[in-house]
Amino acid sequence: MKSASIEGETESPVIPDAQLVALAKAGGLSAFEALVHRHERAAYSLARRMLQNEQDAEDVTQQAFLSAVEHLAGFRETASFKTWLLRIATHAALKVIRKRKGLDTVSLEEATEESEHVDSIPHPEYIADWRQSPEQLVERNETRRLLDEALALLDEKHRLVFLLRDVEGMSVKETADALGLGESNVKVRLLRARLQLREHLTRTLGDPQTRIGRGH
Amino acid sequence: MKCEEMLAVLNEYVDGTVDPTLCEEFEKHMEGCNPCQVVVDNIRKTITLYKAGETYELPIGFRDRLHNALREKWKQNQPPATK
Repeated sequence: MKSASIEGETESPVIPDAQLVALAKAGGLSAFEALVHRHERAAYSLARRMLQNEQDAEDVTQQAFLSAVEHLAGFRETASFKTWLLRIATHAALKVIRKRKGLDTVSLEEATEESEHVDSIPHPEYIADWRQSPEQLVERNETRRLLDEALALLDEKHRLVFLLRDVEGMSVKETADALGLGESNVKVRLLRARLQLREHLTRTLGDPQTRIGRGH
Repeated sequence: MKCEEMLAVLNEYVDGTVDPTLCEEFEKHMEGCNPCQVVVDNIRKTITLYKAGETYELPIGFRDRLHNALREKWKQNQPPATK
């Protein structure tokens, strides 16, 4: 999107987020709106992937931006605006998930659930090189559908760890804190999520001619 | 190191946080093990794809609703003198 004064004329460089944040902190609504335009899709996509529901994702996206307006003055800029915003959206989405489960506590751990162990994780089965690079694949609509489909097949507890750690880039500790889990549980869940997604994607994206024909 | 043992260090290896001694062992194993090489490559590509793809467009009408709500909130939040 182009907004003349904020996104700049065609020959001038795009204003960095940090500068827009400074302008917004000084009261510039158009600067804030430019930030929203830049990051609304990322926030919505994260919420949608976490919640697997369109209406909840809209609510969470809106809440996240409203909260950003409210707390902008206190945003210390130790992280980028995008990281800060996505953290707000993540916590809002987790709140919705806890509410769905009727949980008031921080932990998403089910009391009866035993910790997972590496030994119980299925080994890779379909092993083959992919036919195309991620750069080529990401442009295709079929890929987007495939990514959503694979993500939707994961258990929520594995999906959330993968999204927070690998997509949002939280550390293991940050992921553990956000989900109320122990770090070792985060690591095992992440491994299971990565392997399951790899398996699903490789069955579609793998080149059968390079397939290594045995479980591994 | 055997293939069965690779799962225990796979995460850390992919993240580049594996202990250097284990890393060396793992790489030595991978030199002679094509399946393990392919699995590591597949996982790295899987993560790259998910990171790169902002898969969803905003639903029709949502962008307007969002921006209207934000303008309203902005008005409430900003002292008039700073506008």
